[in-house]
Amino acid sequence: MHSRRRLRFLGSVIIACATAISAPQAPAQVPARPTPAPPAGRSERAPDYPERSPAPPEQVARGQQLFKGNCSFCHGSDARGGETGPNLVRDQVVLADQHGELIAPVVQNGIPGRGMPKLTLSATEIADIAAWLHSQPLSDRGAPSTLDILVGNAKQGEAYFNGAGHCTQCHSVKGDLAGIGGRYEPKMIQNLVVSGGGGRRGRRSAGAAPPQPLATTVTVTLPSGQAITGELDHISAFVVALREPDGTYKSFARHDSIPQVVVTNPRQWHIDMLPKWRDSDIHNLTAYLVTLK
Amino acid sequence: MIPFCLPPGSLVGQGLDPALLTKPATDAWPTYAGDYSQRRYSTLTQIDTSNVRHLSLAWVSRLTAGAGGGEGGFFGPPGTTAVTGGVAENPLNIPGATSGSPRLSGSILQVNGILYVTAPDNAWALDALDGHILWHYWWKSRGGTHIGNRGMAMYGDWLFFETPDDYLVSLDAKTGQERWHREISDFNQQYFSTMAPVVVGDHVLVGTGDDLDAPGFLQSFDPKTGDLQWKFYTVPMKQGDPGLDTWASLDAAQHGGAQVWIPGSYDAETHLYIFGTGNPTPAYTARLRAPRDTHTNLYTCSVVAVNVETGKMAWYFQTSPNDTHDWDSTQPAVLVDGMFGGKPRKMVMQASRNGYFYVLDRTTGEHLLTMKFSDAANWAAGVNAKGQLERNPDKDNTIAGSLVSPDNGGATNWIPASYDPQTGLFYVVLRELYAMYYLTTTDPRVMVGLGGSEQDVVGSLGTSVVAIDYQTGKLAWKYRFEGTGGGYGGATGLLTTAGGLLFADDGSGNFVAFGLRGMRLPVPLWHAHLGSIGNAPETFTVGGCQYVLVAGDGAVWAFYLQ
Repeated sequence: MHSRRRLRFLGSVIIACATAISAPQAPAQVPARPTPAPPAGRSERAPDYPERSPAPPEQVARGQQLFKGNCSFCHGSDARGGETGPNLVRDQVVLADQHGELIAPVVQNGIPGRGMPKLTLSATEIADIAAWLHSQPLSDRGAPSTLDILVGNAKQGEAYFNGAGHCTQCHSVKGDLAGIGGRYEPKMIQNLVVSGGGGRRGRRSAGAAPPQPLATTVTVTLPSGQAITGELDHISAFVVALREPDGTYKSFARHDSIPQVVVTNPRQWHIDMLPKWRDSDIHNLTAYLVTLK
Repeated sequence: MIPFCLPPGSLVGQGLDPALLTKPATDAWPTYAGDYSQRRYSTLTQIDTSNVRHLSLAWVSRLTAGAGGGEGGFFGPPGTTAVTGGVAENPLNIPGATSGSPRLSGSILQVNGILYVTAPDNAWALDALDGHILWHYWWKSRGGTHIGNRGMAMYGDWLFFETPDDYLVSLDAKTGQERWHREISDFNQQYFSTMAPVVVGDHVLVGTGDDLDAPGFLQSFDPKTGDLQWKFYTVPMKQGDPGLDTWASLDAAQHGGAQVWIPGSYDAETHLYIFGTGNPTPAYTARLRAPRDTHTNLYTCSVVAVNVETGKMAWYFQTSPNDTHDWDSTQPAVLVDGMFGGKPRKMVMQASRNGYFYVLDRTTGEHLLTMKFSDAANWAAGVNAKGQLERNPDKDNTIAGSLVSPDNGGATNWIPASYDPQTGLFYVVLRELYAMYYLTTTDPRVMVGLGGSEQDVVGSLGTSVVAIDYQTGKLAWKYRFEGTGGGYGGATGLLTTAGGLLFADDGSGNFVAFGLRGMRLPVPLWHAHLGSIGNAPETFTVGGCQYVLVAGDGAVWAFYLQ
């Protein structure tokens, strides 16, 4: 049973290969077509929860002082949780509270059994604390990072660049990569190491925009033998479209393996590397490339 | 010319006969996945591999969101004015919900020749014969994440759908008039509700979503009164709750996520409603919720079976203990009766966002198989004795950056899979993208919700549809959609039919009918370029004709044989 299935599976692979020989499946990383939205249920920012109207700055400042004196010992000076007290910024009561009216009973009565003592604070003082709590960002989601990503070893990165990485087959530190360390932020350089210029710009990447990736080209060979080469515009199983060097747009219907289509992606090495990278090599290469000022 | 369509049968009233829900998908499409099994396999055969080349456009219906709009124009019939509901005094202006082209990314019901279509804050009834708009309902929104709406549920003459600002709304199917609405989750905690409700017996099952640290739950409402029948939390909420010892603290559990935002399947024999749960929160750090290996964070990233009468959990299986990548297990839980290990088994299967495929016994939850269906997935250290994935911590979000596949969107996502009993294969859309995952803070306390991470997509091996032999977990074949190297690519769901066909969106805007050939690669037999496709295809019979339906770009498209 098992071996028979395996043979049939191999059969399908052979067919796939035959197809690939006559009409190479675009291994290309074709440039992303703008899509209106990711299919992911969760990838977009929540844009439309009504903002709280800001409290007067002096009230917020009073609230912060009161919080420091009365609450921060357990809940942390930023209210995001401490040794014994939970994170209040994401707390259900705090999220539902408007001006201290829901927080007050908890503060004035305490929570027996969970270590929350009664506190003698007035309703006005609690409203001040609430104003400060509500002024705190819920999450750092989308906030720019200030962390240094450079942990790699530049010497090992250089050795990898000139040796095992085979980078010099396409790149040169005196040519296309000259001065790259002065042109881009380390994170951008690292992303370029992996993508080869494709992919998308990180939504929070600082510094210069990434370089335009080299174009993917395609050669379409008609049954007559005529071959047309240009920049790939788009491709599916049914249509291939290109732009010739003079800007002329041409598209061709595809029927099985006719016409013959050969896609050449200058970043193919980078795509083939995706399953093979060791993170340490990526980090070392980045550490090396940032030194090329 | 031989007519393809057979004479119509007689229609029996307009409402939904509940018996239809328990049968395999045939003429009607009365619930989210066509039937309770979530196989998205139709027994219809009028359209098959021999005649699908003749498939042609029956109609297209363009929809407009918001109060006005609808079809119409200077020479055309008057536009449809929406029936308006909602609680907001000053409704937010949200393109795609209050005006313009609606985002159609859910299932469309077809009952007795009427289609019921949703987009966030909007619902329509269309004539299945020509797409004519019978009514349009619009909900004035107070906000919430308007990511999508996955469709309606039906009980007799009543419809049910959720709104992004957390209401369950019931409409009269004949008029589109509102019967009642009920608040189903707390807007202050930034819940947002997209799930298509599922009607089982006298229960309307309702889940919701959240991107902050809020607890997940499934609720059951009375279809008649809108009263809450039961509420099942997917994380421990008080001392003594099972699973609490898998969390660092009760506070961590109460903020632990496990949202229920995708409809489940239903096994009428055991009365079990089976569904997948979302990721633990905070999503990108386990330091505060799971400092020890035993902190698996139940019941996040799990397949859970709940008795629909009592709301009590019968069993669970956690696919990824202690996830740190926002890869929920909210993919369809597909019910399959078939052989496994030489014995007939009643199973449930899921191809998860994390790149792995699971087979369980759906009566007991017994684990039967775990196999990787994404070659690219590189985040796991291995499979443990229970069949669960164990994380490789080096592939978490790191300060220096980790190259990880899948990307945030996952190897697959909410997009429906399909199981075809004729081939015995499970089909799913596979995305093989890679991203650099960066930790953006050293303080886990600020990583609320989806905070603390930056992910830059750096490459892709493309988007494919794969066929999984569930008995071995091995891929029978992988059909790569050309031109899907970058971006998310469409590929929004699958449908198989007894006509030997697989309908899919190729990620380049083509709607494609493939001829299935068992273990061999399928062949495209028909296609039409529609542009952006937003939902999974469906099929049904009206007036003796089998239709294939798909939606996107604010339009519903129907195809049949001419």
